[in-house]
Amino acid sequence: MKNIAKKIYVALIFVFLYAPIATLMVLSFNASKTRSKWGGFTFKWYASLFRNEVILKALYNTLLIAFCSALIATVIGTIACVAMSGMHRRTKAVILGITNIPMLNAEIVTGISLMLLFISFGFKFGLGTILLAHITFNIPYVILSVMPRMKQLNPSTYEAALDLGASELTAFFQVVFPDLLPGVLSGFLMAFTMSLDDFIITHFTKGAGVDTLSTKIYTEVKKGIKPEMYALSTIIFMTVLVLLFLVNFSPSKKSAKDKIE
Amino acid sequence: MKKFDLSLAKKALATSALMLLPAALLSGCGSSSDGANGQVIVYNWGEYIDPDAIEMFEEETGIKVIYDEYETNEIMYPKVESGAASYDVVCPSDYMISKMISGDLLAEINFDNIPNAKANIDAQYFEQSKGFDPENKYSVPYCWGTVGILYNKTMVEEPITSWAQLWDEKYADNILMQDSVRDAFMVAEKLNGFSMNTLDPDELEITKNSLIEQKPLVQAYVIDQVRDKMIGGEAAMGVIYSGEAIYTQRENPDLVYVIPDEGTNVWIDSWVILKNAPNKENAEKFIDFMCRPDIALMNFDYITYSTPNKAARELIEDEEIRNSEIAFPDLSQYSNLETFTYLGEEGDTLYNELWKEVKSN
Amino acid sequence: MTSKNKWLSAPYLLWSVVFIIIPLCMIFYYGLTDKTGAFTLDNITAIATMEHAKALRLSILLSLVSTLICFLLAYPLAMILANMKVGQHSFIILIFILPMWMNFLLRTLAWQTLLEKSGVINSILSFFHLPNMNIINTPYAIVLGMVYNFLPFMVLPLYNVLSKMDENVINAAHDLGANGIHTFFRIILPLSVPGIISGITMVFVPALTTFVISTLLGGSKILLIGNIIEQEFTQTSNWNLGSGLSVVLMIFIILNMIISAVFDKDGEGSML
Repeated sequence: MKNIAKKIYVALIFVFLYAPIATLMVLSFNASKTRSKWGGFTFKWYASLFRNEVILKALYNTLLIAFCSALIATVIGTIACVAMSGMHRRTKAVILGITNIPMLNAEIVTGISLMLLFISFGFKFGLGTILLAHITFNIPYVILSVMPRMKQLNPSTYEAALDLGASELTAFFQVVFPDLLPGVLSGFLMAFTMSLDDFIITHFTKGAGVDTLSTKIYTEVKKGIKPEMYALSTIIFMTVLVLLFLVNFSPSKKSAKDKIE
Repeated sequence: MKKFDLSLAKKALATSALMLLPAALLSGCGSSSDGANGQVIVYNWGEYIDPDAIEMFEEETGIKVIYDEYETNEIMYPKVESGAASYDVVCPSDYMISKMISGDLLAEINFDNIPNAKANIDAQYFEQSKGFDPENKYSVPYCWGTVGILYNKTMVEEPITSWAQLWDEKYADNILMQDSVRDAFMVAEKLNGFSMNTLDPDELEITKNSLIEQKPLVQAYVIDQVRDKMIGGEAAMGVIYSGEAIYTQRENPDLVYVIPDEGTNVWIDSWVILKNAPNKENAEKFIDFMCRPDIALMNFDYITYSTPNKAARELIEDEEIRNSEIAFPDLSQYSNLETFTYLGEEGDTLYNELWKEVKSN
Repeated sequence: MTSKNKWLSAPYLLWSVVFIIIPLCMIFYYGLTDKTGAFTLDNITAIATMEHAKALRLSILLSLVSTLICFLLAYPLAMILANMKVGQHSFIILIFILPMWMNFLLRTLAWQTLLEKSGVINSILSFFHLPNMNIINTPYAIVLGMVYNFLPFMVLPLYNVLSKMDENVINAAHDLGANGIHTFFRIILPLSVPGIISGITMVFVPALTTFVISTLLGGSKILLIGNIIEQEFTQTSNWNLGSGLSVVLMIFIILNMIISAVFDKDGEGSML
C-alpha cells in the first residue's frame, strides 16, 4: 500500500515535469499555425524545418556555443580545482565565493554587467561575446562538480607516482585525472545543458543578426511561435531521450564496477 | 556511494558532438561571410517583411542582409543608442523617429539614390510624415495604419464602437490591452477626450486613474500575442494594430476590426538610416528595393499591413482587399485622428513613471 | 597537492577578475551615479518608492511561496528516489536535467497553452463536466511557473545528500528505539541540511529575479522586481536606476551566500 502511494507520488511529479513537454510535442504535429487551434495532424513542420535556414543557423549557433563554452569552461574549471586543492583554506573559500557569484547572482544582473563590460571595452557584439558570457556562467558548474571529487582524492597516490620517477604531468594524467574524470564529465554535461537553455544572458550579450534558439524563440513568442520550432525541440528532445534509454538499458549496463561499489 | 556512470557521460558527450555535426553541415559554413557587394544590417519589427523579399534583394544586388528584429520602439532605441550592435537600416514609428532625430542618431537620406520612393509612394504619406520629420529628410514610409479594437462577434452582446467598452464590467477578464506605454495611454486619453500627446499633469492623472480602474477587467497586457489570443477565442476584444486585422479575420471569421468613435492613433513606420551606419550606400539600395511596387506588394501580401505604396496597391489583384476599408481606410470620415509626437526626455520619463504605477497597482 | 600548483589557478583567477569582478564593479558604478556621472544614492533609495517596494515585496512573497512548495514537493520525492536504489545515480539526475533540453521559454509558453481559459486543462475539465480553472494571468500561475522551472534545482541537491547518507546511522537510531518520525526529525533532516540550504538558494534566487515567467504567465499584469529592472535597461534606458535596483537585489544574494557558507561548510550540498 505504502509502495503504491510512493509510486503514484513519483508518477505525479513526472507528469508535472513532462506535461508541458508533451504539449509542445503535440503542437509540433498541429496543422494550424496558431498555438490555440487544433487544425489536424501533419508532418509538414518537420519538412519545412529542414528548409528553414534561419532556424538551422540558430541551432548551429546554439550548439556551437554550448559545445565550445562547455569545453573551455571544463578546462579552466578543472585546472582551477587542481590549483585550489593546494591552497590555504581561507584563500580557497574566497575563490569559491567568487565562483558562486555568477550562479547565485540574478541572471539578469550577470547579463547586464557583462553587457556593460563589453560596451565600455569596445568589444564587438556577436558570437564571441555570447561565448565569453557563457564560459563565465559555466565555470561554476564545472568547479562544483569537480571539487567534491578533488576532496576524495588521496594525495599519497600522486606523491607515490612522483617518488617512482613519474614527471608531474605524467603523474597528474595517469593518477589524478582518471579519478577526476567522472566529475569533469558531469561538469561538462551540466555546463552544456545550462548553455543550451540560457536565454537571459544571451539576450543581453548578443549582437545584430546573431541568434541562438533561445533569442529566436523570444522574438517569436510575441508574434506566435513558428511551429517549426516545436518540431525542432521535439527532435532534440527525442534524440537525447532515446540515447539516454539506449545507454541505460543496454545489456552492458550492469557493469561489475557498479556491483563492487 | 554510486559513481557517476562513466559510459553514460561519454555517450552524452558523443550526443552533443553528433548533433553538432549535421547542424554544421546543414547551415553551411560559408553563410557568415559577406556577399559579393558587402552587407547591410537591418533592424526591423518582428515578422514585418517577407523573407523571400530579402532573398531576392540578396540575389539581385549581391549584398548580404544581416537581419535582426525587435518588438517595440522602446526596446529598439537603447540598442541603437548604445551602439552595442551597429545597424544600418531601422524601421521605427513616427514619434520614435523624431526622438532619434533629436538624439542625432539619423543620417540624411539622399533621395536621388532611392528613386522608387518618390515615384511610388503616395505623396500624402510624405506630407503626413512632416509631423515627425519636418523636411522629409530622414525617413521613407514603409507601412501605416490605425489602432482599433478587434472583437469577437460571438462573444459580445452589442456592436463595439467605443473605447469605453473596454471599461465595461460585462467583459471583465475578456479584454486584452497593449503592453506598451504610448499605446496603452492613447486608449485612455482618447476615452477621456484628451490629446494623446498631452503633457498636462491633470489630464495625465485622470488618464492614469482610468487605466488603473480598467486593470482588474484586463485579462492580460500583450504586444503581438493579442493576435494569437483573439484567433483562439481567448478574449472578447483586444486593442490591436489595423495591419493584423486582415490576417486574424482570415484565421477566425468571427473577428471584426473597428476604429472607435473617439478617434485613434494613425501611425507610420518608416525606414531610416543611422548616422553611424557602416554601410550607408547599401542601406539606400535596400530601402529603394523595398519601395519597388512588386516588392511592396509581396510584403503587403505577407504581413497584411497597409502599404503607402500607391503603385503596389494598384497591383493588388483581389478587388475586395484593394478597396478594403480595413487595409486602406478613408481617413477623412473619422474624427479626432492623431499621430504620436516625441514628448521630450522629461515627457518620456513622466509617461514611464505613470505606466509603472499602473502596472504595479 | 604541492603548493607549486598554485600558479595553475592563474587562468581562472584572471577570468574571474575580468568577467565577474569588473562587471560587478561596473554595476555598482552605474548604480551609485546619475546620468551625468555624479555620485548619488538616489538609485538605491529608489527601492523605497511605492511601485518598486511593492514589486519587491511581491517578488519576495512569490519566491518564498515557490521555494516552500518546491521543498515540500521535493523532499519526499528525493527520499523515495534515494531509497529506490535505482542502479544508476546518474539516471535520476538526467531525468531531471532532461526537460532543460527543451527550451526554457518554450516550456513556459507550453504552460500558457495548458492553463489558458480555453486551454488544454480546461478542455479536459469541461469534458468531465468539472468546473474550469482560471489561474492564468494571476500570481498563482506565476508560482506554478516558478515551481515548475526550479523544482529540479531543489530535487537534485536533496537527492544527492539523501542518497549519500550512511544507512548505518539510521539503522542505529532504529536499534536504539527511535520510531520513524523520531528518526526523521532527529537524524535524517539535520543531516540533510546542506542539501536543503543549497536547494533553497538555487530556487529562491532565480525565482526572486525572474522576469520571463511573470511576463508569460502573469499576462504582464503583475510587475515583479525583475520586470522593473529589465524595463529600466531595455525600454526606459535608465541604466543607472536599473543598476541601483540590481545592487539592492544583490543584498539578498549576499545574504544567501553567507547562509550557505554557515550551513554548508564543505560544499556537500552540491547538485551533482
